[in-house]
Amino acid sequence: MYSSSDLKKGLKIILDGEPHVVEAFDFIKPGKGQALYKCKLRNMITGTRLDRTYRSGESFEPAPLEERDMQYLYQDEVGYVFMDTKTYEQITLLEQTLGDDRYFLTDNMDVKVLVFNELGIGVTLPNFVNLKVTQSDPWVKGDTAAGNNKPATVETGYTLQVPSFVDEGTLIQIDTRTGEYVTRVKE
Amino acid sequence: MPARPNATLAARRDNLHKRARILQQIRAFFSQRAYLEVETPHRIPCNAPEEYILPQESTSAFLHTSPELCMKRLLAAGYAHIFQICRCWRKAERGRKHLPEFTMLEWYCSPGDYLDLMRTCEELLCALVPDEVLVWQGTTIQIKSPFERVTLSQAFTRYAPISLQEAMQDDIFEEVYTDHVEPQLGIDRPTFVYDYPTDMAALARCRPDAPHLAERVELYLGGLELANGFSELVDPTEQRQRFCATLDCMQVEFPERMMPEPFLSELRHMPPSAGIALGVDRLVMLLTDAATIDAVVAFTPEEL
Repeated sequence: MYSSSDLKKGLKIILDGEPHVVEAFDFIKPGKGQALYKCKLRNMITGTRLDRTYRSGESFEPAPLEERDMQYLYQDEVGYVFMDTKTYEQITLLEQTLGDDRYFLTDNMDVKVLVFNELGIGVTLPNFVNLKVTQSDPWVKGDTAAGNNKPATVETGYTLQVPSFVDEGTLIQIDTRTGEYVTRVKE
Repeated sequence: MPARPNATLAARRDNLHKRARILQQIRAFFSQRAYLEVETPHRIPCNAPEEYILPQESTSAFLHTSPELCMKRLLAAGYAHIFQICRCWRKAERGRKHLPEFTMLEWYCSPGDYLDLMRTCEELLCALVPDEVLVWQGTTIQIKSPFERVTLSQAFTRYAPISLQEAMQDDIFEEVYTDHVEPQLGIDRPTFVYDYPTDMAALARCRPDAPHLAERVELYLGGLELANGFSELVDPTEQRQRFCATLDCMQVEFPERMMPEPFLSELRHMPPSAGIALGVDRLVMLLTDAATIDAVVAFTPEEL
């Protein structure tokens, strides 16, 4: 068990039966009064954020989270299906759980899936992924409003800003942590 | 050997220069007013029992959480105007505005009461901010006497959804105070909050006309608590009772029920006095427009 004084940014605890991560934390103590531990928490399943203030001496259950090596298989009507590379067990992650990460999944990609009570609640992707540009209008010379960038859509449906010289059919590298264009990739 | 000098430490250079100058100005301020600078031991057999202040053990003794007990013994021996700038230790206090080892300025005057402390606070801040305007984290504070004065009860009426009495009855004083009241204090000009329930002032004298209130005062600038002082309780019997009540609340068992006996026995010689503790690190934060206490000290505990 954790106690109030263990609270800090990044700590993962169980609240109302669900895993929450401390996103922001502050210790406050009005003169001669008792200490308060103010936390901004995010529900790791639903993404809901909430504020909680704790006093000294409270205790918290650590969230039993496990990171498993898995491979992305395919998308079905429920969600995105991953397979444990050791046990071959399959887990489905929902679109809302993955958020924008779903755009960076490619067939057989090796990822780490964060699992809570057999429920997949998040993925850690490789830092970079290569995806093909499927749609991008030619750059109009003189359109300086957007600098030298223009919008492009890649094969997974994700839209991002790319340099003007990137054409349809080009393979590009994207940083999955920021969702931004990195470079062109030679096939 | 690291390839580069410590960048965090180098970036604090301006603040540390200002800090040194502020310390010199504080010393000059009190010397001009004939206050004697004193030094009392940091390591003492026991601190004044306080419910929410945890002393740091130091083998068979403790580091002081404040120099108050020794300074009051000086008062009782006839030293009428004294000040001290020293390190104090409070266990498990660490946050944006807290360090477990921090620098305190305390001063005491006799004869005197909390109204005298308020006046000296005004003079000190005016001396430190000669152009009368302090900008801290986007808040512009006019440093001109007189500062705003509001009782704790009035502050709740003004800013909180419930009264002070209700907050205390429901045992949510700290929550309501820090959420609703504190952020509103000392915004346009510094604010003194005064007259606290006796339970919240273990070493303060009660108001003769309202014995449920203690003559305690807190100074706020920009929502930041800067100083805490009171008209001193000089009745040794009542002081011992309050210490015992605090130890009862904390459910401290017999062998640890140490009382600061020399302080209690000398207290009866103490004239009517007032004393206040001011957080020097926080003062430097205000005067350097620093958002965190980390930015105004050379090393935080995590950097050692």
